[in-house]
Amino acid sequence: MKATINGEHRELPDGATVAEILRDLKLERNGIAVAVNERVVRGTNFDEHRLQEGDVVEIIRAVAGG
Amino acid sequence: MAPANGAADAPLKIGKHEFASRLVVGTGKYSSFDVMQRAHEASGTELVTVAIRRIHLDDASGKTLLDFIDRSRYKILPNTAGCTTAKDAVLTAQLAREALGTDLIKLEVIGDPETLYPDTAETIVAARELVNDGFTVLPYIIDDPTACKRLEEIGCAAVMPLGAPIGSGLGICNPYSLTIIKQRSNVPVIIDAGVGTASDAAIAMELGADAVLMNTGIALAKDAIVMARAMRLAVEAGRLAYLAGRMQKRLYASASSPMSDLIGTTAK
Repeated sequence: MKATINGEHRELPDGATVAEILRDLKLERNGIAVAVNERVVRGTNFDEHRLQEGDVVEIIRAVAGG
Repeated sequence: MAPANGAADAPLKIGKHEFASRLVVGTGKYSSFDVMQRAHEASGTELVTVAIRRIHLDDASGKTLLDFIDRSRYKILPNTAGCTTAKDAVLTAQLAREALGTDLIKLEVIGDPETLYPDTAETIVAARELVNDGFTVLPYIIDDPTACKRLEEIGCAAVMPLGAPIGSGLGICNPYSLTIIKQRSNVPVIIDAGVGTASDAAIAMELGADAVLMNTGIALAKDAIVMARAMRLAVEAGRLAYLAGRMQKRLYASASSPMSDLIGTTAK
């Protein structure tokens, strides 16, 4: 299935969970947050939340700023 | 009330959060994270700002900013810098809360890319939504007493009028409007942006500001660590001067030494 992650088009396994996406991207959960279709997915729901065709995913973290 | 004999000042209270330091410092523009870390230490700050950005998917490894912030020592104030709509600012704030485990948010909704002046209308919309969502909201706003009043009425925990445009180092450009904002405000007033050197910070505090937030003024000094210490001392000095209550200005001189019993005078 197709989804957009941080503005990039990606091909993902059907029914992939947020946790699986993070694992594939080699991202640690600590200090990051995820929104799917402009709604925050709580960290406690990463294992259950399955992505769907066309989902728009944002994965963020803190960077230097003022 | 002035502290007697240098007794401790009351803590700065922002919502449920309390701080002994009245200097909020950014994490941007430093020559290295090591310099940033030492500048934070020299500044005495207890609250540091961070921005929220997408992770680079191809380069997700390695040390990150958070590895250089001791969270037992500093609270984190995430910002919504770069957002131009209330909608983006609200989602950024919600992501920041999830990533960093804090209810604090520096709300910044930019209205113009060149001046980085805030979009007041969008800031108010976003502030209302975030307050209702349980955030401790610190909005960056123009030095406009009416806008600051509206944000306070909405339930913002502080207001953060600018001293001058972000990163400009122009100092406190309109001390009169900041004085009015402070006189009318029932929440802490934090001067955010414009501070270029120590005297600017002292002036902000002498006007009655409850705290000063700065990034570029420290980070782009030739020696950021020394400037961080200068800012710490300036904020403390300005605060004490405000609490002490300055003398009235007068147009003509008033001698400090007695004008009687001078030598060479003749008894009448």
